[in-house]
Amino acid sequence: MLQRFQNISFLDIALWALAAIIITVVIWGTIATIIDNPYNPQFWAETIVFGISQGSLYALIAIGYTLVYGVLFMINFAHGEFFMTGIITATIFLAQPMKETGFLDNYPIISLLAIAAVSILVSMAIALLTERVAYRPLRKAPRLVPLITAIGASFFWQYFFRGLYGSEVKPFPPFEILKGKFTIAGVPILKTHAVVIVSAVIMLIGLYLFVMKTKVGKSIRAVAENKDVAALMGINVDRAITITFAMGSAMAGIAGVLYALVFRQTHFFMGFIPGIKAFTAAVLGGIGSVPGAALGGFLLGMFESIGPALFLEGLGIPAPHQLKDVIAFTMLVLVLILRPQGILGERLAEEKA
Amino acid sequence: MAMLEVNDIHTYYGNIHALQGVSLEVEEGEIVTLIGANGAGKTTTLRTISKLLTPRQGNILFEGEDIAQYAPHEMVFKGVAMVPEGRGVFARLTVAENLDMGAFSRDDTKGIKQDLERVFTLFPRLKERRSQVAGTLSGGEQQMLATGRALMAHPRLMLMDEPSMGLAPILVEDTFKTIKAINEEGTTILLVEQNATMAFSVADRGYVLQTGEIVLDDTAENLKANEMVQKAYLGIE
Ligand SMILES: Nc1ncnc2c1ncn2[C@@H]1O[C@H](COP(=O)(O)OP(=O)(O)OP(=O)(O)O)[C@@H](O)[C@H]1O
Ligand SMILES: [Mg+2]
Repeated sequence: MLQRFQNISFLDIALWALAAIIITVVIWGTIATIIDNPYNPQFWAETIVFGISQGSLYALIAIGYTLVYGVLFMINFAHGEFFMTGIITATIFLAQPMKETGFLDNYPIISLLAIAAVSILVSMAIALLTERVAYRPLRKAPRLVPLITAIGASFFWQYFFRGLYGSEVKPFPPFEILKGKFTIAGVPILKTHAVVIVSAVIMLIGLYLFVMKTKVGKSIRAVAENKDVAALMGINVDRAITITFAMGSAMAGIAGVLYALVFRQTHFFMGFIPGIKAFTAAVLGGIGSVPGAALGGFLLGMFESIGPALFLEGLGIPAPHQLKDVIAFTMLVLVLILRPQGILGERLAEEKA
Repeated sequence: MAMLEVNDIHTYYGNIHALQGVSLEVEEGEIVTLIGANGAGKTTTLRTISKLLTPRQGNILFEGEDIAQYAPHEMVFKGVAMVPEGRGVFARLTVAENLDMGAFSRDDTKGIKQDLERVFTLFPRLKERRSQVAGTLSGGEQQMLATGRALMAHPRLMLMDEPSMGLAPILVEDTFKTIKAINEEGTTILLVEQNATMAFSVADRGYVLQTGEIVLDDTAENLKANEMVQKAYLGIE
């Protein structure tokens, strides 16, 4: 009995106290908001749809962090840049000229598919180039080295693309067919959000099936567990890692298109915040786990969206919506205190080091 | 021409000179055992043969061909499979998925199916557990899986690194019976063991490795009778 208590440090107690305070504030705020009842059900429904839509983007990007971490135990900080490079290129070379010539409005589906294809291909090309040139030579180096290199790669691509395309915001043209909303069970849903959510869910399921069911997917999981033994099976480890980067960056390329549909602009710096948020989502869900990244993404999007109104409004905090980032990172702190391996993660991270 | 010829290889870990001129031969159809104390370099020898390590000096011929040009994953295509030290099953993959990975180098669906049948006949336990995650198998079952997985590559030469390690005596006996059976079905085996008694009971010939050097090389019969071997590896005073 005493033994047990001796293993608990002051730091643990302080962290648990912090967790307890956060939970108390959240419950207190929620109750206060419910009593106050400042919003109608319609508002909540719309907020939830927005949260799911935002969460789909985080989930798609988070997959890339989790896949790469799974095979290399490395946090690929340049992943947010893979997301940016694809869509910014597709915006400049496809979306904007297509809008000007009228092609985009005449053939919206073809245009959208073409934009998606270019965005995916560019994101993939940048990711594979980065892996080959910056990460592969460092595969046997101590873990801190590729981490720093990834941060360097992130800056490199940001400023490379700023130099290439300029630093101003590039508007992404609106699609006429995606204007307006439709109503499901009394809840109005923007068509754009519907497209974002449905595409993301299809991609996530497709990726999950690929990783779980196909021979290549299984070989990636084998490489994630033990590279030497995987090689003994005849698996080309370098190729498996390349495929992993390709899949993660393809998801980021699609996320870029969906982001542009919602926010209607692209920018050389656009990868930074979504990248950090998606990384948070991956840690939240349990880094290394594909379902974890998806779950983490959706949860983060939801909490960011409903959190300010639900937790903070009732406490009388002014302009709570500006605090959505605080909510996202508070949520991360809470999960890391209560469940360090993340929601669906396994307690393996330390052994593997 | 021997199936496998290892000629005077020197393998290093950084500055550590782990293999200091190891030479050995394995003829087609044989079981050859390599015994030695902890740290003698047995695992290093097998890892060098499977190309996970590259020797600084010396060469290795498999079926007459120098393997220096091949990457580790290409050795399986050449016909060499390994049951690694500590089994190395993919803990988060199911038994069936582990066996799938064993056949990764092949695309002859029919042959793969036949080998799967063969593995399930050899190890009925694996068939019962095929959808179970490998990390939850017992040590004995993991050994069966590691062996079955290597068989799924349909190798001509199988390298086995201490298959009896950590198993209960009754399972050790089963393991060696299986090794004999696999060999009788036509697979050549290079067997690393610390359990010299059992190794000599199945092997045709053996090598004794001491701190990175081969110190003895003879038939299993003669090694069993050798005074030095009896003292150091068979526990006979
Ligand atoms: N990754 C490594 N880095 C440095 N030295 C190593 C490494 N692996 C093995 N060695 C050293 O090389 C020598 C041979 O090791 P090896 O694993 O081949 O021995 P072994 O005969 O298989 O022993 P055991 O019976 O304990 O498995 C040992 O001295 C060991 O300390
Ligand atoms: Mg060993």
